[in-house]
Amino acid sequence: MTVKTLSNVRSLMRETRLPPVYAILVVVFVAAVVLDAIFGRGQITSSTILTNMVVRSVALGIVAMGQTFVMLAASIDLSVAYLISVTAVMASYLMQGDPNRVPMAVAAVFGIGAVVGLVNGLIVSKLKVNPFIATLGVGLVLKGLLNASFETFVGAVPRSFQTLGYGQIGPIPISILVLLAVTIIGALVLSRTKFGAHLYAVGGNVETSRLSGLRTDRVIILAHVICSLTAVLTGLFVVSRLRSGAPWVGTDGLYDLESIAAVVVGGTALSGGKGGVVGTLAGVLIFGILDTMFNQLGVDTFLKQVLRGAIIILAVASYTIRSREKAA
Amino acid sequence: MANAQLPILEARNITKRFPGVVALNDVSIQFMPGEVHAVVGENGAGKSTLMKLLAGAYTPDEGELFFQGSSISFNHPREAQEVGISIIYQEFNLLPERTVAQNIFLGREPSRYGVVDQRQLMRQTQAVLQRVGAETMISPDAEVKTLSIAQQQLVEIAKALSFDSKVLIMDEPTAALATHEVEILTRLIHKLIANGMAVIFISHRFTEVFDLAKMITVLKDGQHVATVAADAATPSQVITMMVGRELDQYFPELARADEIGAVALEVVNGSNAKLHDISLKLRAGEIVGVSGLQGSGRTELAQAIFGVEPFTSGRILVKGTERPIKTPKAAINLRMGFVTEDRKAEGIFPNQPLNDNILAPVRALQALLRRIKRFGTAEKPQLVLELVQQVDVRTPSIQQEVQYLSGGNQQKVVLAKWLASTCDILIFDEPTRGIDVDAKASIHEMIRDLAQAGTAVLMISSELPEVIGMSDRIVVMWDGRISGELPAGAGEEAIMHLATGHQESHRTAVPEPRGEGTLEL
Amino acid sequence: MAQLSTIGQEKSWRDRILSGLRSVSPIYVVLILLLIGIGTQNPVFLEPSGILNLLRRAAPLMILTAGQLFVIVSGGFDLSVGSIMSLTVIGASLLINNDPTNAWWVILVLFGIGIVAGLINGALVSYLKVPSLIATLGMLLALRGAGLYWTGGAPRGYLTDNFRAFGRGWLEPVPWVERFPYAVIVLIVVSAILIYLFHYTNLGRQLLAVGDNPRAAKLAGIQVEKMRIVAFAVSAVTAVIAGILQGGFGGVNPDAGDGYELQAISAAVLGGAVLLGGRGSVPAAIAGALALEALFTLLNLLGLPKPLRDAVQGLIIIGAVAYAAFSGRRSR
Repeated sequence: MTVKTLSNVRSLMRETRLPPVYAILVVVFVAAVVLDAIFGRGQITSSTILTNMVVRSVALGIVAMGQTFVMLAASIDLSVAYLISVTAVMASYLMQGDPNRVPMAVAAVFGIGAVVGLVNGLIVSKLKVNPFIATLGVGLVLKGLLNASFETFVGAVPRSFQTLGYGQIGPIPISILVLLAVTIIGALVLSRTKFGAHLYAVGGNVETSRLSGLRTDRVIILAHVICSLTAVLTGLFVVSRLRSGAPWVGTDGLYDLESIAAVVVGGTALSGGKGGVVGTLAGVLIFGILDTMFNQLGVDTFLKQVLRGAIIILAVASYTIRSREKAA
Repeated sequence: MANAQLPILEARNITKRFPGVVALNDVSIQFMPGEVHAVVGENGAGKSTLMKLLAGAYTPDEGELFFQGSSISFNHPREAQEVGISIIYQEFNLLPERTVAQNIFLGREPSRYGVVDQRQLMRQTQAVLQRVGAETMISPDAEVKTLSIAQQQLVEIAKALSFDSKVLIMDEPTAALATHEVEILTRLIHKLIANGMAVIFISHRFTEVFDLAKMITVLKDGQHVATVAADAATPSQVITMMVGRELDQYFPELARADEIGAVALEVVNGSNAKLHDISLKLRAGEIVGVSGLQGSGRTELAQAIFGVEPFTSGRILVKGTERPIKTPKAAINLRMGFVTEDRKAEGIFPNQPLNDNILAPVRALQALLRRIKRFGTAEKPQLVLELVQQVDVRTPSIQQEVQYLSGGNQQKVVLAKWLASTCDILIFDEPTRGIDVDAKASIHEMIRDLAQAGTAVLMISSELPEVIGMSDRIVVMWDGRISGELPAGAGEEAIMHLATGHQESHRTAVPEPRGEGTLEL
Repeated sequence: MAQLSTIGQEKSWRDRILSGLRSVSPIYVVLILLLIGIGTQNPVFLEPSGILNLLRRAAPLMILTAGQLFVIVSGGFDLSVGSIMSLTVIGASLLINNDPTNAWWVILVLFGIGIVAGLINGALVSYLKVPSLIATLGMLLALRGAGLYWTGGAPRGYLTDNFRAFGRGWLEPVPWVERFPYAVIVLIVVSAILIYLFHYTNLGRQLLAVGDNPRAAKLAGIQVEKMRIVAFAVSAVTAVIAGILQGGFGGVNPDAGDGYELQAISAAVLGGAVLLGGRGSVPAAIAGALALEALFTLLNLLGLPKPLRDAVQGLIIIGAVAYAAFSGRRSR
């Protein structure tokens, strides 16, 4: 059965131009279903569990979309985890459980995000600091400022704001819709806009882009701003689930390294210029399926991490080996 | 169009210097609209520098450029392009992962509110592709990496046309094209000049130079030798102008019979994916030249012998003993050396000092934890100093980082690197590419000195005069095979005959005739 | 020969002094300024015992940074070192099992685990061609999970005194300073070995060559894959040593090494190492690590809240790399 399914999937992918990571997604999903049927309770395909699986992926998914933008520009953003913490804490601090303060708080955290993205982008493009170091440094600054100001859970978000995390429209959780919306907007921006075209160009070859008259610095800066804004959105989602923000929510979620891993597993090259958010969505879902499968099978939480690390490496290795075969 | 009109582009008394080299010295040339103007000269004559100056990639140190009669200067190639001067480099400026349309209109996409108007983009791309006659060959939404070299070149030309260029500069436009592709390009160029465009191109292929060009400018050592009408000159006159001196004046003497010793290296029926049935002998004290068009397997031969892309069948004998050479380390262990074609990518460690560059292969053979000597080995602590003097590297210090040396000096460092590991078999791939004339002559002398000292030398070169002037024996390659062997002093015609694999004009028969022998006739 | 000596000696004397001055990493100046700053706040810190204390605290990071430099110079990153440190502490507490006589073989086992992790990192990068950022990130996640799995999530047991002696013990009596921390002895020995390996043997030059131009390195007969593996192994070994010291200093803590990977990379960069390879120095990297710790001490003395150290660290790292980028461009 699987062989036939696989070949069908492959031809479908060719027609719809889905990135190859969807083949891995299907394999992982089929494996999860089979393993669950044999060793688990065989419920992984139930709608509750499937929905839950996607909801778990939303927080990582949103920020991974932004991370895709910076990585397409051949940059990277290690500050997102700290920005998520900042957002969660600031949002709940500013809202103080009062629904009337929600708009102000949301505007404020997006403002903070925009500034952080701008700073990241300026340091990378104008000061020519290696993006790894630049965004790590900015992350440390955020972490320091945050920890100096707050020690534990502060404030709260009003019940109405929790709709973002828990609400549903009909049978579909709002959070899933948000993730889908971010993905679709991201895909459209990348494929349809001038900015998207320039982003791929800058990531592919800065010199060629410059010779074509692109203002490459602006493209990089804008990519960083977008990434920071998605981190803010993830932060808002996280705090709406937690009801209150604490300074460790972002770093504990490992959103920096995991978003990079999801993007790479999704087929975007670390060297930039190749890939896209549709692939990233698959990368995120793969993580979600694995988590759910491990839960269903009752795998130890910590063993889960071990397997996760191994799977990230294997997925990326499968690309590099494939591209080497092509080259040979 | 009458030619009595103003030149569209003119260089007046242009001088351009680089550290250690005067690349162009007081050069003045006029380019007329509706004409093809060829610029010829040996490697290092200043052709590329001239092109880059015209296209705004360099600014002249002295002199001025005039465009349609008015003085202009460019700070960025983009400015030249907007005025109407486009350049197509040998290495294309295209993004392989992006589509044809996205490449042509990069930065100028038709759009509304930042959203690209796909239909308009396709239409405009289709229109420019039509102007180069490629509308049926190339789809606007094909990714560039899926196109052939010839198609990519058409995309580059289409891109230039989309800027309404009045001057199109091409650096060796035919170097990588197959025969029928060259014909397409020729027809296209005729169409372009009929519309009043000026086309300037560099070429090493004399057939094309005389087929296409109305005017020919000859450069030599950065000097403007002459600009002549193509129909008023013969190829041999042009060659004389280019070379300017007799061949035997600037190559060292060949080996005498008694200087040639035993067989140092023998390849028997070597084959791999790119090479077929290679058999070859190399004797101590002799220089064997390898000639062949680009793509004939010249470089692959060197890489196979040196274990970079080893032979998958056949045998290699070093001094009579069969040896498996599967890695460069194995080759170096057998006292072989390889001066590669691409110095920057394969030859030097740019951020490392001169001494560490030179000692790299010696150290690679030693134990990993062996203590290093800064300027040599335990046996020869002054080795680097001696070698630097021997090959005459001009450097302020032994610990200078190699990236700060000139191309010629870098090449000498690469040579010294292999001298340090006391090679008896030395392979050179394009030993003098991109090196100025002075350094060239001294590298030629060094190669001959090495042979006289008993080294067996295999020298690959695309420059026929170099092959002819240096080689004690000439091996010619074609299509991954050795198509023949010629004695010292063989003529260019004989070499080209073998290099094209057939008796007829090489155009018709070469599967991938990427001709770039300097003097193809 | 006269000419030869001109190139070799006479010229190079003046040259060596000039280029020596020019090539002295600015990190030493920064370090001295930081120490002076500390001295003005509290001169006690600059007394021998104060300096020794600073060194003892900084020893894990300094050692780790020296190891990280091997990887950075060869063109990679090693993000897994922090998790190796944590695993070392966790593993020590579980394996020693409160019996001091176990400490010695346990240390050997810990080194074994570390070396295996390093070899796997290297093999993933060299043979499976996984970018080192991803390979070592995967290793980080895997080892962190393994450590927590091993303990069941909460730290158990404690470290015996003989094991902890490396991190918190003292050699006494010693003339002048009375007592001398074992950690500093470890630091001196490890630093000396790594400096020797990197600057005085073929190993270091080959790592530099691999990081500078892997293709040229291969053609010069250097076994590029093997060199990368060696670099990761060295880095992993330093992580185990740092873990042992940290465990001694701070006791059992399942996240003893968290964040150390990024600090080590930062410290190496502060010491002038160039990310993506080809340039770096062990002493300067060690000085970078010490400067980072000195900076924390100074900020502490200045009464800056502890969390703000991170912020200042971030600013300084960015500033240092931007400075390097600009001065590099100027000298072209």
